[in-house]
Amino acid sequence: MTGSNLTILAITILFGALVSGTPLLFATIGEIFSERSGVMNLGIEGMMLVGAMGGFAVWFHTGNMIFGLIAGMLLGGLLALLHAFITISLRADQVVSGLAVTFLGAGFSSILGQPYVGQRVPQPITLPIPGLEYIPAEQIILVFIGLIFAPLAWYYLNRTRPGLNLRSVGEYPSAADSLGINVYHTRYSYVIFGGMMSGLGGAAMSLITDPGWSDGKTSGLGWIAVGLVIFAAWDPLRGLWVSYLFGLLRRLPLDLQNPALPLISTANNPSVGRFMDMLPYLATIFILILGSREAMRKRLGAPAALGTPYIRGERG
Amino acid sequence: MKRLLSSYRLRIETRMDNPGWMGLVSAILGVLLALIIGGFVLRAAGATDPIATYREIFKEAFGTFADWRAGISAVLNHKACAKGLLCFGPLSDTLVKASPILLTTLACIVAFRMKLWNIGADGQMFFGAWAATGVALFVLPETTNRVVMLGAMALAGILAGSLYGAIPGFLKAKLNINEIITTLMLNYIGYKWLEYFIVVGPWSIGDFESTGKFPVSATWPRLTEYVKQFPIAAGLTVHPGIFVGVLAAILLAWILYRSRWGYQIRVIGDNPKAARYAGINLERNIILVMAISGALAGLAGMNEVAALRTLTGRFQRGYGFTGVIVAWLARLNPLAAILVSFLFGGLLVGTKLIQPQGIASMLQGVILFVVIGTELLFRYRVRLEKVEQIVVPETRGENDR
Amino acid sequence: MTESINAFEMRGIVKRFPGVIANDHVDFACRPGEVHALLGENGAGKSTLMNVLAGLYHPDAGEIFVGGKRVVFRSPQDAIAHGIGMVHQHFMLVPTHSVAENVVLGLNQPRFFLKLAHVEEQVAALGEQFGMTVNPRAKIWELSVGEQQRVEVLKMLFRGAKVLILDEPTAVLTPQEVETLFVTLRDMTKRGHTIVFISHKLDEVVAISDRVTVMRRGKVTAAQIPTRETTKAQLAKRMVGREILFQIEKKKAQPGKVILSVEHIFAENDRGLPALRDLSLQVCAGEVLGIAGVAGNGQRELAEVLTGLRRAVKGKIMFGDIPLDKHTSWLNLGQKLAHIPEDRAAVGSVPDLSIAENLILKSFHRPPIAAGWSINRAAVHQNAVRLAGEYQITMPSVDTPARMLSGGNLQKLILARETSGHPELMIAMHPTRGLDVGATEAVHNILIKQRDAGAAILLISEDLDELLSLSDRLGVIYEGQLVGEMPTKDAEIHKVGLMMAGTKVEA
Repeated sequence: MTGSNLTILAITILFGALVSGTPLLFATIGEIFSERSGVMNLGIEGMMLVGAMGGFAVWFHTGNMIFGLIAGMLLGGLLALLHAFITISLRADQVVSGLAVTFLGAGFSSILGQPYVGQRVPQPITLPIPGLEYIPAEQIILVFIGLIFAPLAWYYLNRTRPGLNLRSVGEYPSAADSLGINVYHTRYSYVIFGGMMSGLGGAAMSLITDPGWSDGKTSGLGWIAVGLVIFAAWDPLRGLWVSYLFGLLRRLPLDLQNPALPLISTANNPSVGRFMDMLPYLATIFILILGSREAMRKRLGAPAALGTPYIRGERG
Repeated sequence: MKRLLSSYRLRIETRMDNPGWMGLVSAILGVLLALIIGGFVLRAAGATDPIATYREIFKEAFGTFADWRAGISAVLNHKACAKGLLCFGPLSDTLVKASPILLTTLACIVAFRMKLWNIGADGQMFFGAWAATGVALFVLPETTNRVVMLGAMALAGILAGSLYGAIPGFLKAKLNINEIITTLMLNYIGYKWLEYFIVVGPWSIGDFESTGKFPVSATWPRLTEYVKQFPIAAGLTVHPGIFVGVLAAILLAWILYRSRWGYQIRVIGDNPKAARYAGINLERNIILVMAISGALAGLAGMNEVAALRTLTGRFQRGYGFTGVIVAWLARLNPLAAILVSFLFGGLLVGTKLIQPQGIASMLQGVILFVVIGTELLFRYRVRLEKVEQIVVPETRGENDR
Repeated sequence: MTESINAFEMRGIVKRFPGVIANDHVDFACRPGEVHALLGENGAGKSTLMNVLAGLYHPDAGEIFVGGKRVVFRSPQDAIAHGIGMVHQHFMLVPTHSVAENVVLGLNQPRFFLKLAHVEEQVAALGEQFGMTVNPRAKIWELSVGEQQRVEVLKMLFRGAKVLILDEPTAVLTPQEVETLFVTLRDMTKRGHTIVFISHKLDEVVAISDRVTVMRRGKVTAAQIPTRETTKAQLAKRMVGREILFQIEKKKAQPGKVILSVEHIFAENDRGLPALRDLSLQVCAGEVLGIAGVAGNGQRELAEVLTGLRRAVKGKIMFGDIPLDKHTSWLNLGQKLAHIPEDRAAVGSVPDLSIAENLILKSFHRPPIAAGWSINRAAVHQNAVRLAGEYQITMPSVDTPARMLSGGNLQKLILARETSGHPELMIAMHPTRGLDVGATEAVHNILIKQRDAGAAILLISEDLDELLSLSDRLGVIYEGQLVGEMPTKDAEIHKVGLMMAGTKVEA
């Protein structure tokens, strides 16, 4: 094994981590926006599933990947609209409604996605650039979009007026309301935005990062996103690197099976691989424990109004 | 100059009375609406006649009147059923399916009563199944007395489930870590844990993703074993697991509504501040309730392996999630859960052979949505009312610079 | 047309809340450039009146004039557009946002990009101008309460407020911060701003205001008097009134041995600031010790420390021979220690459980309610029926959820639960707040009956009439300390009023 081969291997693994972390990044940032406005949406898994299924179906029939991604976004947004209506207007419990969204998403995607299981998948476009010909162009573009999306989201949240309004509504809705900010409109907007990002993440999965549709495609990625939001302390930039970290963890069992890897390859030891599969989930619990310590120390916390419906005070 | 404007607005007031019929109405409404929406989805998925599909599901789940009549007359005449398995076969299958649902539902109910969102009954069930299998295959000898063996398996399942449930309980009580995420993550870890033992690990037999068959002493006795005494029992796989569930439901109902400890749980669930005011220890009860919740789910796992007679890599996921919905539909009432679990068992059995596959999951999601959506009717009174506003237009604007 | 010399004028304002008239045809006006104090006890209707002026409440009747023109405010934005801004007692500041972000929240400009650096400069300059320096980049939660108040004021000034309403601005401040605030207020009036200063602290009113208006029970009892022409004693009289409304028939107290002994306790409030400072007191069997004081002087913390809901930082509490500390099993104390909490619905009841089940909250783990591991349903029912009759709780049935009870009946339920077990000690906080006359009388009679049965009672209230008619001894709490204690027969109301307002008086 030569040094240059190892370098290429390392780059492949790291780039793979970025690729597999990007759908998670979209979902995580979407949920950050939703939760920053005060609405917890536990339906990410369901929204990602309909996004993945719908996106794949649209690509399958139109052959256009952009259409697929847009369809995924719209479907995720549609499910989120339902969640918004139930929790914001009808003031139902956000936890239970989120679960219902997940059931619904899983059910719909499973029923409507049946014809697409095991179908042909989008063929990667390769670039005629030496050294890059093994990497699909759309993956490069996707990673690039993710890389600029997170800082943009951070900037929007922290440096613009709509971002300020959004944060205020999640922290202290009655103060925001007293200054003329419409709490209900704001929450609706960002819950739907969060759903669209989750749907986009799902579609990116079924079209670009892990092409193809199968039942239960996202295998809990949506739930991990909910955990990452907490560890990211509701900050898109922290969300960026944690998503990539989890992208790495998600790929690790596969990468380690590569016999080309010296010493740590698990190619001959499948049982270790099974335990490696637990890593992302164990790591999620672990970072929550870490996060709780940090939260106590630094006063990082969930948006103060997270999970509570806003009921406008009686005004005469 | 005054102008009178009138408009309508939706007014939502807190409801002071709580009519009991509304629970039933919202549950029935939920199911009906779910069926209607489901019908459209079925149409979209290519089914030509959704109503026929539903009729088929009902037949698969519960059988037909004609078959029941044949079965009853066979019982009365102490003969085998003329229609074979058709008589009570569907009912038997539904009961078999209902028993793990009932147990995971009870697991959810006890936790939800305290507003602890244990979504991890699935993982706890997997661990219970794993522990029970371990006892059946590797701890106790094959020749163990059947009652002792089943008891030991149940104990192992309960213990494993409760430990697995206590982890998120502990993290919640001591570090205030969101139990939804931890229980969910523990689900996936539970799945992988079982996969390790069955698919690649030490418990699998040869190339099959399965353990060996359980000794007879480690299996639920099925009705069909008593075909000599009761000819009607031929081919029926129903087993005492459903009684375990019903007993657990009755016990849980007793605990919640009749015991001192259940009283504490209900106080904490309704108003933690009042619980503290009364001197009730919140932290200890959080851990305890999560452990009990896990224990019930673990028992569901034991129940399931004792019925399947082997543990395979395809041990079914999702009972824990179905439990969430059933718990909600039953309005967290353990006795109502018996009936709803039976109906959901029917839904799962009835949709098993029907294409497309996800129909059960979709219907569950819609039912849950409608039930929580109509919950508004319980807590608030919604009224359309006419509002009159006095508008004095000329005073505004003039004074702005 | 109104007199144009007033900055604003309110005429005939009526504001009703369910069961109460908070403002009963109130007239009020301020001249430009003055500090006008609005004085009154809690519940006198001061804050309601000012919430009407600030656009938060709509009056049921009455008119508001600004600069001589009639206006109708439909929201706080309308009021601020007319130059009227209010700083509420509970600050409307987002704790995780920076000062500058809070100041510009809800404005139209700048529209999209916040240009925070620019805003920060503006805020700093504005602060400089009014002598209210505060770091515009600091997060609100990092600031002291005094600094937060400055941010609230700056927020209103930034929006062009000419009339500034301050609701109990000194309630949360240290004496030093109060001084700084007064300097600022003076400075602002010199620049033509008008200040409405809501307070119940006489010393401060006298120190800062030009004129004063006194309210009591929703009505104005002294209108727009120049502060120089009045005395504290006169104002105190107007504020607390003279007539005692309820005369309770009661025997002379027969105090027994000491039941509750509190020695040098210190405790913090929810914000982590000192709330109780070296407070000591004793209550004997068969007597009522009344604690008078203006809200927020440590009463809540005192009640919570004594009932296990809050931990004292320092000091010793003895309940008979039992020390009350972190090792106490409060569940086992059960009905021996009765607690009438300040917030009945949120702390004292379990809303979705039935009345019968609420009645056993303190006795469920003891016979006859408890029977082994289970609860004796028949005993629960009997207990409920008996108590409902004895305490005259009006309700559909004992199985009705507690949340459906009216305030008075809920209070009777709590009293029934807390007093039916023959408590040795009873901590009662605002036991009649918000109740009608009939319910109030019933509650008073229950308390006296308990006293005569030998219970030691600590009664914390803001209602001086109630304290004077019920207690045998009266203490006054001010800033976490008992500033005076006397037999009730020696307590003169104006003297108590002065002590409540922080003025030292020889008792």
